[in-house]
Amino acid sequence: MEMIKLTIDNKIVEVEKGTTVLKAARKVGIDIPTLCYFELGDMKIENKPGGCRVCVVEIEGRKNLAPACATEAFDGMVVDTHNIRVLNTRRTVVELMLSDHPFDCLICAKSGNCELQTMAQKFGIREIPYQGEKSTYRVDTSPSIIRDVDKCIMCRRCEMMCNDVQTVGALSAVNRGFTSVVAPAFEMNLEKSPCTYCGQCVSVCPTGALTEVDHTSNVIRALSDKTKTVIVQTAPAVRAALGEEFGMEAGTSVTGKMAAALRRLGFKYVFDTDFAADLTIMEEGTELLGRLGKHLAGDKTVKLPILTSCCPGWVNFFEHNFSDMLDVPSTAKSPQQMFGAIAKSYFADKIGVNRKDMVVVSIMPCLAKKYECQRDEFKVDGNPDVDFSLSTRELAQFIKQANIDFMNLPDEDFDHPMGESTGAAVIFANTGGVIEAACRTAYEIHTGKKLEKVEFNELRGMEGIRSATIDFNGLPLNIGIAHGLGNARKLLDDVRAGISKFHAIEIMACPGGCIGGGGQPLNFGDSSILKKRAASIYREDAGKPIRKSHENPDIIKLYDEFLGKPCGEKSHHLLHTHYFDKSNEVFIEE
Amino acid sequence: MTKVKSLADLRKMKEGLESKLNLREKGNNTESLVQIRVAMATCGIASGAKTVMEYFIDELEKRNIEAIVTQTGCMGYCYAEPTIEVTLPNQDPVVFGYVNEKKANEIIEKYIKNNELVDGIIPVNYESIQK
Amino acid sequence: MAKFKMHLLVCGGTGCHASLSKTVGDNLKEILVEKGLDHEIQVVMTGCFGFCEKGPIVKVMPDNTFYTEVKPGDAREIIEEHIIKGRKVTRLLYKDPENKEHVSDSKHMGFYKKQIRIALRNCGFIDPENIDEYIARDGYEALGKVLTEMDAQQTIDIIKKSGLRGRGGGGFPTGLKWEITSKSQADQKYVVCNADEGDPGAFMDRSILEGDPHSVIEAMAICGYSIGGTKGLVYIRAEYPLAITRLKIAIDQAREYGLLGKDILGSGFDFDIELRYGAGAFVCGEETALIHSMEGMRGEPTFKPPFPSVSGYLGKPTNVNNVETFASVPVIINKGAEWFSSIGTEKSKGTKVFALAGKINNVGLIEVPMGITLREIIYEIGGGIKDGKKFKAVQTGGPSGGCLTERHLDTPIDYDNLIAAGSMMGSGGMIVMDEDDCMVSVAKFYLDFTVEESCGKCTPCRIGNKRLYEILETITQGKGTMADLDKLKNLSQVIKDASLCGLGQTSPNPVLSTLDNFWDEYLEHINEKKCRSGQCKALMQYIIDAEQCVGCTACARNCPVNAITGERKLAHYINQDICIKCGACMEKCKFNAISIK
Repeated sequence: MEMIKLTIDNKIVEVEKGTTVLKAARKVGIDIPTLCYFELGDMKIENKPGGCRVCVVEIEGRKNLAPACATEAFDGMVVDTHNIRVLNTRRTVVELMLSDHPFDCLICAKSGNCELQTMAQKFGIREIPYQGEKSTYRVDTSPSIIRDVDKCIMCRRCEMMCNDVQTVGALSAVNRGFTSVVAPAFEMNLEKSPCTYCGQCVSVCPTGALTEVDHTSNVIRALSDKTKTVIVQTAPAVRAALGEEFGMEAGTSVTGKMAAALRRLGFKYVFDTDFAADLTIMEEGTELLGRLGKHLAGDKTVKLPILTSCCPGWVNFFEHNFSDMLDVPSTAKSPQQMFGAIAKSYFADKIGVNRKDMVVVSIMPCLAKKYECQRDEFKVDGNPDVDFSLSTRELAQFIKQANIDFMNLPDEDFDHPMGESTGAAVIFANTGGVIEAACRTAYEIHTGKKLEKVEFNELRGMEGIRSATIDFNGLPLNIGIAHGLGNARKLLDDVRAGISKFHAIEIMACPGGCIGGGGQPLNFGDSSILKKRAASIYREDAGKPIRKSHENPDIIKLYDEFLGKPCGEKSHHLLHTHYFDKSNEVFIEE
Repeated sequence: MTKVKSLADLRKMKEGLESKLNLREKGNNTESLVQIRVAMATCGIASGAKTVMEYFIDELEKRNIEAIVTQTGCMGYCYAEPTIEVTLPNQDPVVFGYVNEKKANEIIEKYIKNNELVDGIIPVNYESIQK
Repeated sequence: MAKFKMHLLVCGGTGCHASLSKTVGDNLKEILVEKGLDHEIQVVMTGCFGFCEKGPIVKVMPDNTFYTEVKPGDAREIIEEHIIKGRKVTRLLYKDPENKEHVSDSKHMGFYKKQIRIALRNCGFIDPENIDEYIARDGYEALGKVLTEMDAQQTIDIIKKSGLRGRGGGGFPTGLKWEITSKSQADQKYVVCNADEGDPGAFMDRSILEGDPHSVIEAMAICGYSIGGTKGLVYIRAEYPLAITRLKIAIDQAREYGLLGKDILGSGFDFDIELRYGAGAFVCGEETALIHSMEGMRGEPTFKPPFPSVSGYLGKPTNVNNVETFASVPVIINKGAEWFSSIGTEKSKGTKVFALAGKINNVGLIEVPMGITLREIIYEIGGGIKDGKKFKAVQTGGPSGGCLTERHLDTPIDYDNLIAAGSMMGSGGMIVMDEDDCMVSVAKFYLDFTVEESCGKCTPCRIGNKRLYEILETITQGKGTMADLDKLKNLSQVIKDASLCGLGQTSPNPVLSTLDNFWDEYLEHINEKKCRSGQCKALMQYIIDAEQCVGCTACARNCPVNAITGERKLAHYINQDICIKCGACMEKCKFNAISIK
């Protein structure tokens, strides 16, 4: 590796050739402020359009200032990161941004988490010398995401996420100059774009331009309605991240406090989506073995690989982009929807409540779940199986709003019966977790043997596309894993071309899986946060007494009492779904 | 059309074409014709060069004057468009500016027929590097 | 009908006209009648000779005698001496400024050397739709020479030695660019011709493509051979339909002759050209933005390095040159690097095409050697300022350039001198302004253009230019303060310092150069609320002269905003705070009592 030496603020720095000035400076602890720049190094996600110009530095021998984020260091380079010229330029640049930004910080959804606000505070900006016209656009509300692009500072992070990482192509810069803004094609609404609601744009937006649709007030209204039985389910990834919103170290598991908080917020039953995750494994695992069996028996029509279907962003993605392959994914509903379907049938019967008087709320690391629970096929006579879906961030806000001292809450358990879960369900939160959980169950069912070691380490990790071959007692099962829709697209292209070697593929729309979901606490480009959350999830699994879905006693009971057998008639009706061709659902209005 | 297969081919071809163009250019052949070039760039066309060119083609034929009318690019006298260059046999080319149909008629009647200059000559004020 | 033996050409251009050339012509005619020569000798009024400084001009044909500064009284001497006796009037002959000798034949006048057409050599000469005419004028000779007699490096060396620099604005040495691209390793390389001409008022690229498309095709093939690329792309704006048509015809003809395609001239070298259409965004003239646009992406620049020479179109090494640059290449190959570098200044070789526009008599396209002065361009070639007004400034380099003033008139024009003077070469737009132009409004005009054409990618250009424009607007409305001038300066500096691409880095130039050269005009707008040229409408005042006003009330009745008060039969008064300067009052006043201040 070729090393070069440069001088930054009189400090000599030695870095590899190809390193940017920004990274070289950070290496020696020199902080250069950035705004448009965004990096999740381990995920190979980087946004450096060099557009905001907040990170400019002075380089000896160069006429103008250079953006540290995009400028490659060279041997003998002399950099000054904080002389008057640089500081004045940075300040003016931020003043310019503020001059074209609404002043509604007090009531902005991003207040406190806004990077522009932080920057203005850091530079001590107390007046805006350059007043003038502001660019204004209409607010666009979709089932999951609100675009208030008056607050857009053209950092292009969302565009990078939507196009480069997710290959969804819903957002890109439109218009020119002062009116340029990031928007769907022809400035249509997001709802009429190929948006999957994965929410990755929201999770990287530095300002309040992209936020989630907040359903907290709907939930509060339901909770205060005495005629309603309000129950809540919490997704596996939430417990590993919620603590961050209360200042806890990333990766602190707050399962018990979360259950306690939800109970104090007034939910009558505090259940766990993990229960439904175990149920998903029963259904999806059985489906996998069914297709595999037919395949081994020589049935040429059977669709392999089977694709997991618990991620709603991913479901939206293939409905838009792979509508010719709608019979390839598993027909199993997602855990959120399985939970809703069981809650409003089996459980409602059990406690003698009409489904119309039951409100199911889900706490999700995800924004696509908001859209998913509104899908027509998940409603019975117009009544949705899941009424409202709140993100991890919304729950934290809700807890703060209710003045609950989260940090000092005792740990409490989930309620029964739908609060019981196994380690297999917990790891749904991580990329590779669903398929690992499926393997734990499918292996034992297929081979009739007990697994000696439940961890499949070969399925774990943060690589965008991973593959492993699991020995099912002489049957080599090829597993593919992708997280991030761009990676998914690669595997799917192979499937479409008929050259995929896999029997089963797990796909998660978000980088890292649900722990990196669009509804999670913001990571501000710190990828160690994602790793800590993932580790916390694996610890939680390891600490569980039962770690295989088919051993969950309440799941066994559910089949005994109500469903019959996995992929049976009742399951088929309640727990399976079908997909729609949305390839033509991108509207272009005249 | 045959392909030019080598540099030698190209040069041979050029010689032939050159003499043809020279013929046209210098008019040293008594039988050679009147040459009219119309500056037909966007600016010329916008100020009416096309009409003028058609007028010349039609009128010269009607008046039995043997002439070649060709188009060419911008001569640079944008302030005086449409511009044309007229080369009479054995004479230096003369450029006329602001040529409309009326002026074109005058040019045919006076200059082309009688070698009598008319108002509106644009003096050429540049050197072209070739020849 | 009589055949004329001699012609007297009298310049009727605006400049000469102003110095009584019409009378000179009339006198000549009168004397010819008097002498009975009017059937043998004809007086003809011509367009501008482009030599207005020495006007009026009278040229005697066919002996090419060139008389300068001819006064009406000189007519008799010209006829009696020259026409009748055959003796040239020596005192009226053009005097060579160097050796002080009288030049009698205009063909020997240095004046004609002011313009040398290299890039425009065939424009206005050949039929652009006929490849034969191009070949007859040495067309494709350079390509043939390069392919059969030279290797890539030798070709690059000639271009390097010639000193040719990019004519699109940046002035980067062309040979060096070719060399860098040739050294990049890749399975495919591209030659791109930048025909996205966007400077307001500049149209030399269009003229070349319309008048001599083959010169660009030939040069692109030469470039392809030099850098090791077989694909050429012309990025041309869709608003140039005629240029597109002619280019397409030319490409087809070149293919038919085998001068494009496989195994060109039996050399084994393949090269072909495709067109890509631009939608007219100014920023797409910037090479990285141009490449993104060709790739079907949003036309916005990206940070360099990597330069296109290393990673350009589809990530492959790409050599981007402008039309005028390419058009100069075949001549350089044919006539040699030494010949080319003998023209021009030390660091800027060859010629440059300028599009002369604005308040100048001879609006048009000129090609002049580097090192010529603004004075020569404006007063000699351009025929001086319209209507005999006073020269005030000339904007070079389009919206990215700056205003040059009287003190720059004798600066030799080349890349470096223009930058030192606070402007730039740009693509060669040259807009001349006279005393009637308000320099604050001029700066505002250019800012309006940049605001419109900014791609919006980086903050300083997207928001900063808008704010600059707004401050200028405030000043032209008479609402400016001294603090606004500080803001203009700071903001301009930040935009220059921090913008991503050339568009932003140069967009404050019109502001900075007018602040520099016309500071007092800014002060007048701010402190005296006055615009000396009367262009800023908001600063105009309609005033009623109490002496002249008879109190007829016509003005008050016609004022749409009731700004005029006054008793019947007494003098009226216009309330300036209410007045919207529509001028209706002045129109209605029958007593000439209302004037503009």
